Amino acid sequence: MTVYDLAVVGGGPAGVAGALTAAQRGLRVVLVDSGVRPGGQYFRHRDVPDEPATKGFERFARQVRALEDRADVMTRRQVWAVTREDDGFTVHCLGGAAVRSRRLLIATGAHDRPLPFPGWDLPGVLTAGGAQALLKGHGVVAGRRVVVAGTGPFLLPVAAGLAAAGAEVPGVYEANGGLGLARHPLLALDKAGEAAGYLAALARRRVPYRTRHAVVAAHGDRELEAVTVARLDRDWNVLSARRVPCDTLATGYGFVPQLDLGVQLGCATRPDADGTPVLSVDAAQRTTVPGVWAAGEPTGVGGRHLAEIEGRVAGLSIAAARGTAPATRAAGVPDVLLRRRTRMRAFAAALLAAYPVKDGWRGWLRDDTVVCRCEEVPLAGIREARELGATDARSAKLLSRAGMGWCQGRVCAYPVACLAGGGQAAPRRPIAQPVTLADLAELTLEEPHD
Amino acid sequence: MTFEITVDGRPVPARPGQTIGAALHAAGIRAWRTTRVGGRPRGLFCGIGICFDCLISVNGGPVERACLAEARPGDEVTTS
Repeated sequence: MTVYDLAVVGGGPAGVAGALTAAQRGLRVVLVDSGVRPGGQYFRHRDVPDEPATKGFERFARQVRALEDRADVMTRRQVWAVTREDDGFTVHCLGGAAVRSRRLLIATGAHDRPLPFPGWDLPGVLTAGGAQALLKGHGVVAGRRVVVAGTGPFLLPVAAGLAAAGAEVPGVYEANGGLGLARHPLLALDKAGEAAGYLAALARRRVPYRTRHAVVAAHGDRELEAVTVARLDRDWNVLSARRVPCDTLATGYGFVPQLDLGVQLGCATRPDADGTPVLSVDAAQRTTVPGVWAAGEPTGVGGRHLAEIEGRVAGLSIAAARGTAPATRAAGVPDVLLRRRTRMRAFAAALLAAYPVKDGWRGWLRDDTVVCRCEEVPLAGIREARELGATDARSAKLLSRAGMGWCQGRVCAYPVACLAGGGQAAPRRPIAQPVTLADLAELTLEEPHD
Repeated sequence: MTFEITVDGRPVPARPGQTIGAALHAAGIRAWRTTRVGGRPRGLFCGIGICFDCLISVNGGPVERACLAEARPGDEVTTS
């Protein structure tokens, strides 16, 4: 089997930048991605010529073409485990494919962080990222009348995209104080301008943007028919509420980085500015495990610009590290890139501070509100676990089964940890995708050959 | 441009590159599974392969996520 110099897991902005940078410096690189084509969650592009391109897409598409000339790009491959070998790593994909490499770059991105509320499991309630994926990836407008609610700047492009595609958007409800960022010194960075542009687009279409508001309940028989929109105080307690008819809700309260592969390999984690566990990396994007680098959202949610810079830093560092143990902290990385990264990380931290999740959401839940969708564990089940002595997410999970189903807590780990009272813990999932026995057998058969 | 798949025997149009989940949602079929305990209806939620709410079976195969499974002409999709 070919042993590559570098295997990159994840074909979003971070992974593609890292793979291309390393390949341009002569490394034999393979990039593995679960999607039909590279792009990750940000660059979801259909082969439809009349579609207005996502900002930055042309540049990304050039990077992908350059990468395809210099490296092996494997799409439609879901990585479920990475194992260590004497001379590197084996990346295991569902269906039996595996690649060997001396070094590994984890660029696995992030997914939405929803909050539970009564009725959030009714069909018609989607994550904001899910609504965006339908629209940009598949040309499907999520619904006829779509409410957008949650917190963070991501709600704006989602709402603007839906409105532009012909959906009626009765309102965008931002639980935090809205453009607190407008008063932030980091306003100079172009993202605040981007937000202002989306707000102007919403205003043109007469879509109301309400801060300190949230969807606190969803109603319907077998599908969504209406939501309860509440005015909130600064801690997100409900002040007043009204019913808004709609067939679809797009909701999200920030993002959860996908750390599974790093945690499997023993990489250390740290709490990000808002307490979210992320992979610890040094100035060269190296994790604490030799031979393993990480870039993009798994090292801290910061968006596509930061992800690309981190990918490039990782690629340069990996190329510089070839053959010998790296001597300096970020050998081979130009200072200008490191300065840009510092600036963008400060911006990411400012966003996390401007759009926190406040405790009041717990008051939106009733005893029978489902918290873990897979195992159908209601709030009362989590409370019972607490009464039995659970004081953190792990013990709450063992006592209530919350987080033990198909999704392995990807959706409910955050709310369960909040409700159980402990801090956010890094996920410990020995496998990153549900596997078949045949996949596992493959792994067992391969082990003796190292 | 479009082709047909069937979902529990019912024809549903799909476009090249679309996932089965997207095709169902576009056809107005937004609930296609019920949960084991409460019999609660489910369809797409995360839309990107994280939540496993949208499970289906294609051509008699093992359960998989409708939001990741690319629709192919003639696919016979069954739900639970």
